[in-house]
Amino acid sequence: MNRRELLKSLGLFGAGLGLSTMSAQLLAAPATQNRLLFVFLRGGYDASNLLVPTSSQFYYDARPTIALAKPSADANSALELNADWGLHPALRDTIYPMFKAGEAAFIPFAGTDDLSRSHFETQDSIEMGQDMSGTRNYQSGFLNRLAAQLNSGMAMSFTDQLPIIMRGDTKVANTALRTISKSNMDDKQSKIIAQMYNKTALEKQVNDGFEVRGEVVRDMQAEMQNNDGNRNAITTKGFELEAKRIAKMMRDKYALGFIDVGGWDTHVNQGAASGALAGKFEELGRGLAAYKNEMGAMWKNTTVVVISEFGRTFRENGKRGTDHGHGSVYWVLGGGIKGGRVVGEQVKLEASSLFQNRDYPVLNEYRAVLGGIFAGVYGLNSQQLNQVFAGVKARDLGLV
Amino acid sequence: MTRTTSISPSTSSLNVCLKRAAIVMSLTALAACSSTPTSDSSSASNGSNARTTNSMTYPIAKTYYFEQAKLDPVLLLNRLTWGANNASLNQMTSVGMDAYLRQQLQARGSSLPPAVQEQIAQMTISQKPFDQMMLELEAQRKAAAEVKGTDDTLRKAYQQELTRLAREAATRSLLRYTYSSNQLLEQMDWFWMNHFNVSTRKDNLRAMVGDFQETAIRPYALGNFKDLLRATLAHPAMLRYLDNEHNAANKINENYARELLELHTMGVGSGYTQTDVQELARVLTGIGIRLRQEKKRGADTNPVLGQHQLAMLDPKRHDYGDKIILGTTIKGSGAAEIEQVLELLMRQPATAKFVSKKLAMYFVSDKPSDALVAAMADRFLQTRGDIPSVLKTMFDSQEFMASLGQKFKDPMHYVVSSMRLAYEDKTIVNMGPTLNWLNTLGQTLNGHLTPDGYSLNQEAWASPAQMTSRFDIAKLMARGAPNLFKPESDDGKNESLNAQARELAKPALAQNSFVKDLSKRFAMSSQEALNQSGSAQEWNAFFLATPEMMRR
Repeated sequence: MNRRELLKSLGLFGAGLGLSTMSAQLLAAPATQNRLLFVFLRGGYDASNLLVPTSSQFYYDARPTIALAKPSADANSALELNADWGLHPALRDTIYPMFKAGEAAFIPFAGTDDLSRSHFETQDSIEMGQDMSGTRNYQSGFLNRLAAQLNSGMAMSFTDQLPIIMRGDTKVANTALRTISKSNMDDKQSKIIAQMYNKTALEKQVNDGFEVRGEVVRDMQAEMQNNDGNRNAITTKGFELEAKRIAKMMRDKYALGFIDVGGWDTHVNQGAASGALAGKFEELGRGLAAYKNEMGAMWKNTTVVVISEFGRTFRENGKRGTDHGHGSVYWVLGGGIKGGRVVGEQVKLEASSLFQNRDYPVLNEYRAVLGGIFAGVYGLNSQQLNQVFAGVKARDLGLV
Repeated sequence: MTRTTSISPSTSSLNVCLKRAAIVMSLTALAACSSTPTSDSSSASNGSNARTTNSMTYPIAKTYYFEQAKLDPVLLLNRLTWGANNASLNQMTSVGMDAYLRQQLQARGSSLPPAVQEQIAQMTISQKPFDQMMLELEAQRKAAAEVKGTDDTLRKAYQQELTRLAREAATRSLLRYTYSSNQLLEQMDWFWMNHFNVSTRKDNLRAMVGDFQETAIRPYALGNFKDLLRATLAHPAMLRYLDNEHNAANKINENYARELLELHTMGVGSGYTQTDVQELARVLTGIGIRLRQEKKRGADTNPVLGQHQLAMLDPKRHDYGDKIILGTTIKGSGAAEIEQVLELLMRQPATAKFVSKKLAMYFVSDKPSDALVAAMADRFLQTRGDIPSVLKTMFDSQEFMASLGQKFKDPMHYVVSSMRLAYEDKTIVNMGPTLNWLNTLGQTLNGHLTPDGYSLNQEAWASPAQMTSRFDIAKLMARGAPNLFKPESDDGKNESLNAQARELAKPALAQNSFVKDLSKRFAMSSQEALNQSGSAQEWNAFFLATPEMMRR
C-alpha cells in the first residue's frame, strides 16, 4: 500500500490532513492477526430449516412435510439451542459442538431492505452494500472497502472471478481452490514467459501470478503427501477440501477472505432431516469445521460470517419446497466470539408476524449488523466503518 | 477475397417476415417487418422502419491521414479489427488504409464466408421469428409451472432450451467476430452490447439476448445514436433486465430510468437530479412486455413500441400527467413522450461527452484526452448522434494514431484475436471451447451481471490470476482444441472423426508466414523466447503468451 492509498483508506486523503497528524502507532501497526472469512450462500438458503423456530406451532402448521421435529431423542429432530430455537440435525457433529462451546451464534431476521426477491438483484445490492435509493457504484463492493481499512491489505477472494463484493479501488487477488490445477506451462516454460515480461509494465502481475499458483500447488502437494495425518480417512472433497485449503492460505497470510457456495435455491423437494437441503447443510458444516481445525491456534483470532441474499417463504409450497422470501438467518462462528446464543431483534413467529404474510421480516439490517462485527474483528472506528457502509450506524450485538 | 460473399436480404428472411405477420395477425407488423433491418441486410439505414428512424446519415470525408502518417497497417488493423490476420491485411492493402476505414465505417451487416453463414442460418434464433419463439417458450414455462408434485422434467427442459438459445447467440457473435470482413461493425456490435448491457443471468433473458443484438443493436451499431437508444428501449430484453415492465403509474420502478441517464446517455454526476430520474421513470410507466396472445375481444389498443409486438405501452399503467425533465416540459401523451425524451437526451452535451469518452476508451486509450473527447462530442452534437462521424473524428486524431499497439486487450480481444490468427482458413463448427476460455478469463459473453457492462480499462483485467490464466489458455490454443471442429452433437466415439478434428484444430501459427512476419516485429526478449521453443506447439504457446499478443 502506498502513501496515497493509505491516506485514502484512512479517510484522510483530500481532507486537508497530512501525514503528520496521523498516529505514528497506526503507521507502525503490524499486519493484523485477526482473520475474517465471509461465506455467501448463493441462492437464498432456507433459513427457517437451519435455525428452527421450535416453539412456534405456526412453523409446524406452515410446513406439513418439511418441518423438523421439536428436539427429542429422535436423531431426526432439531438440536436444542434454547427454548425457542433448534438447529438442523445435519449439523450435529460440526456446528452444534461449536455452539455449545460458545463459538457459534445465529442472527435471525437478518437481511436487506431490497424487496425484489430476485437472486440477481438482491445479491448485487447486498454485495455493493450501498444506499438503495441513490446512484450506485457497481465497481465498489463492501468487502473491498473493508479491505481498504486493513493495514495489512491482505484480502483474497477464493473464487474464479472477483465478485462484486470484492471489487473496488483496493487491489484484491482471487484464486479458486475448488480444483487446483498446476499451471499448463511447465517450470521451464513459465521461466521463459516470465523473462519475456521482464521490465515490461506487466512484469509484476506475471511474477505474482506464477508465485500464487506455485504456492497453491505446493500446499496441495503437502496435502497429498501426508494426507493431513489421517492416513485412513476417506479423501476429503468438495467444500470441505476447499475450506481446508482456504484455511491454509488465510492462516499465514490473508486477514480477509471470501468464498461463495451455490445450490441453495430449493423450490422443489427440499427434504427435511434428510434430503437435498440436509445434504447441503451437512457439507457446509463439515467444511466450516474443517476450516476451524485447519486454522489451528489462529482459530481464536478468527471469525466466520455466513450470509445469503434472502430467506425463503415460511410456508412450504405445493412441491415440498420453498420460494424466494425476505429475512434470513446469519451465522457467526469463531474461536474468540461470545457465541452460544441467538442474538439480535427477534419476534415471536406466528402468521401475523410474517412480512407480507409470507416471509421472515428483516429486523436486523445487514449493514448495521456486519458493521458491528467488522468493528469488533478489526477494531475499526466509526469513521473507518463509514468508509465501508456510508451513513449506516453499526449495531454491536456483542458477539466479537 | 473470393471466399467471402456479401449477403443481401434473402427470400428466407421474407418468409420469416410473413410467418411473423401471420402469427400476430397485424398489418402494422407486416409493414414493420418488411422494413426490419436484419443482420445481413445490405443497409440498415435504408431498410429501417421509417417510423422509428428519421435520422440522416453523413458522408464520410475522404482523408488520407493514415497514409500520410505512414502507419503500420498491421498495428492499425489490430485496433480497427478484432485482430489482424492475413485476410484483413489483404483487404486493407488492396484499397489502402484510409479507404479501408471508410469502407469499414459504412459497412452494414456481416460479410461472412458461406460455410459460416450457413451455420448461423441453421440456428433456431435465425429460423424462428422472435415473437413466436417467446410465446412458445412462455407456454412451455407455464406448462412446467403447472406440474403438480415434485417432477421437474418439464422445468428442466424449459431451462435447457433457454440455455441453448443463449449459446446460439453467443456462438453467432463469435463466428462473426472471427470471420466477418466487416470488422469495425463487429467491434461496434460488441461495444454497444456492452454499453447497453443485458445479462443472460437474469430470468429468461437467455432467450432474448440474440434478438436484442440482432434487432436493437446491430442495425444501428454504425448508425444513429438516437435510433440505437430507441431500439434498446423498445426491446423486451431491456424492459425485463432493468425492470421497466414493473414500472407503472403510482407504482414507480426507477431502475431503468436511472440507468438510462447514468449508463446509457448522460453519465453519472453530469448534472441531472434525482427528480429528473423520477420524472423520466414516470415517462416510462406502462412500457412493458406482453407475453400472451391477446384475446380477440375488441381491438387491442395498446400501442406497440418498436418492431416487437411483445413490447408495448399499456395506457392503463401509464402516467399521463405532464413531466419536467432537465427543465423541459414533456406533455403527458403516451408514446409520443418517448420520442420527445429521446431527442432531449440525444441533444444533451453530457450525452455527447459520455458516449464519446467511452468510444475513445475502447478505441484509443484508458484515459483519452479531454481535447479528443471534446472534439468527438462536438461532432456528436453537430451530426445529431451520427456514430460513424464521431468515430471518424476519433480515428483522424493524432492521439489515435499515436496510441496504436498500447491498449491492453480484454479477454474478448485476446481470445478472438488468437482465433483469427489460428483459424482464418478453417471454419470452427463448435465455439464451446472458446466460450469456456472467455468464462475462465472472466468475460462471459452476454453474461455481465450488472448494467454497467465490462470494464474497458487495463486495470480491471491485468491481474496476476488473469495473466496465468491467459498462459494456460495460450497452451490450450497452441495445441488446438479438437472440440472446435466437432459438432456439439458429436458423441466422440467415431475415432476417424476425432482424428480429423485433432488435425483441423492444429492452429496455423508457427507455420503461418503472416504470423512469422508478425513475430519478427516483436521485442528482442519475445523473439528470444520464441527461439527457445522446442516444437511448433511450444512456439505457438510462447507466441500467444508474448506481451505483444496482450496488446492491440
